[in-house]
Amino acid sequence: MPLAETIGAKVLPARTEAMGERPIPYCPGCGHGTAQRLIADTIESLGIRDRVVGVIGAGCYTNGGMGSFDFPRLSSLHGRAPAVATGVKRARPEAAVFTLQGDGDLAAIGMGEIMHACMRGERITVVMLNNSTYGNTGGQLAPTTLVGQRTATTTSGRDPDQHGEPLRVTELLATLPGVKFAARGAVNTAQNIWYTRRFLRSAFEVALAGKGLGFVEVLSQCPTFWGVDPTASLEWVKRSAETVFPLGEVKRALP
Amino acid sequence: MTDRRLMHGNGAIAEAAVRAGCRFAAGYPLTPATEILEYLSGRMPEVGGVCVQAESELAAINMVYGAAASGARAMTPTSGLGLSLMQEALSQMCAVELPGVVVDMARMGPGLGTLSPTQADYFLATRGTGHGDGRAIVLAPSTVQEAADMTIAAFDLADRYRNPVLLLGDALLAQVMEPVQFPPMRDRPASPSWSLPGWHGGTANLIGEYRQDLESVEESIRKLECKYTTIEAQETRAQAFESADAEILVVAFGTAARVATEAVREARAAGLRVGLFRPLTLWPFPRRELQEAAHGVRAVLVPEMNLGQMIEDVRLSLDSRLEIVPLNRRVGAFAPEEIRIALQRLLEGRS
Repeated sequence: MPLAETIGAKVLPARTEAMGERPIPYCPGCGHGTAQRLIADTIESLGIRDRVVGVIGAGCYTNGGMGSFDFPRLSSLHGRAPAVATGVKRARPEAAVFTLQGDGDLAAIGMGEIMHACMRGERITVVMLNNSTYGNTGGQLAPTTLVGQRTATTTSGRDPDQHGEPLRVTELLATLPGVKFAARGAVNTAQNIWYTRRFLRSAFEVALAGKGLGFVEVLSQCPTFWGVDPTASLEWVKRSAETVFPLGEVKRALP
Repeated sequence: MTDRRLMHGNGAIAEAAVRAGCRFAAGYPLTPATEILEYLSGRMPEVGGVCVQAESELAAINMVYGAAASGARAMTPTSGLGLSLMQEALSQMCAVELPGVVVDMARMGPGLGTLSPTQADYFLATRGTGHGDGRAIVLAPSTVQEAADMTIAAFDLADRYRNPVLLLGDALLAQVMEPVQFPPMRDRPASPSWSLPGWHGGTANLIGEYRQDLESVEESIRKLECKYTTIEAQETRAQAFESADAEILVVAFGTAARVATEAVREARAAGLRVGLFRPLTLWPFPRRELQEAAHGVRAVLVPEMNLGQMIEDVRLSLDSRLEIVPLNRRVGAFAPEEIRIALQRLLEGRS
């Protein structure tokens, strides 16, 4: 069933101002555009478009995040978005600050910044797109690459003996007291899109309420570097959610 | 109420930053700059500002980047090792045109080095700002008073040009105590129209737009080029002392210049015709001012607390036939005596 019909106008407005009018610059079948659309919708529905600051990390989503959204935003160096967001939020506490990062950006080069932003309980929202690879540089091994997954730097597949096992970022961050909401969603089915939208709303709400950091990991399809067609990439996400990256809320701190 | 106090360089820089309207600081403890962070951690809350102890210098400078983007006057104190780590972000600040002040109280390198004062960060400061064609204005104070004054100037320059500014001191300036006079407290400046979150006639403010087409990439690099040319024309600063009739000109900056001033005074008292030229901005380097000061001299002595770094700029500025002599202090600071002896030798070399 086509996605638009499944979700319907009752759930998502036909057009979201925060999404802007520029075309989405992603490969056919990529999940990033859907995730981005959900972030825009969350900002719009919370009524924070005039005071939101999007801190956009470095990856495939840089072009889309800096290009396609329509609200104030700032580009960040690879991995540093939680530190940049800390600077914005501390200097302008009235701002609603979120970061858009990838699994390489956040969980490899930026692991220091995210852990400490979580430790401090910064009042920000962090969205990590997890496509199990480095899309922007041509599909190399990421911390989240699945065991056996072939990438440009693991041509025989990820070998746990050599490269370790995939990092479960949501579960890891949820252990930190400063994190008040942590969930993993996906954009491969209408139902998962619907849940991810709810997760994003909660992750923004805890930060806006001044409780602490809200985190959402979004499993995103990358048919280009998984070497499968877009339909098969939806199945791939289903499989990885069943095996390595379970979907759902991992943490919702009591008010 | 008098605003004259006895303070060490680190304290004076920190208080001057607050006076300049800086309301955001982030830093990672690193000797010999740590007291700046300590001072600001207590002082910022008193004035409604924020001081964050970051998990690394990478995080500290990126917090400054975020705070600057939201319109705050922001700074980070560090030493050479930290400045090395900050290069990528400084490059990015140049690229997206964000103001910010970085203080480098330099300690011996390379590598972990040791805690004694050095001027070996000259290359890093003046050629630094990471990859690409970025430039940062570099100010070089010699005294505690000047450290305070230049800190305030650094914030003004950073805002005027939307560009990072470096204050290059060393472990000696960090710790030496002197009387220092502070100007009255300035208010936190209003957030600039380009800052975040903000809108411009219905259009959302955007910092660091992603550009791919070569025309707009060239346009943005030309804009930077034009800005750097303006800074070179408008903001170059230097001081000359006893240089009018000098046979030998000493060229030195920062702590070496402070010691050289003493040496030149002593030499003058002994009847020697020597003078001093002191760059106050290391980038832009005062090339034309140096040419004027060196007009008619027979030799130039360049004392530096490193293996010879600024001397390259001196050589680029002056006639290649002129005798330009390095005097390198490998560890710690000069005594005036060392410079005076070197001057004496140079003068005797003539007869």
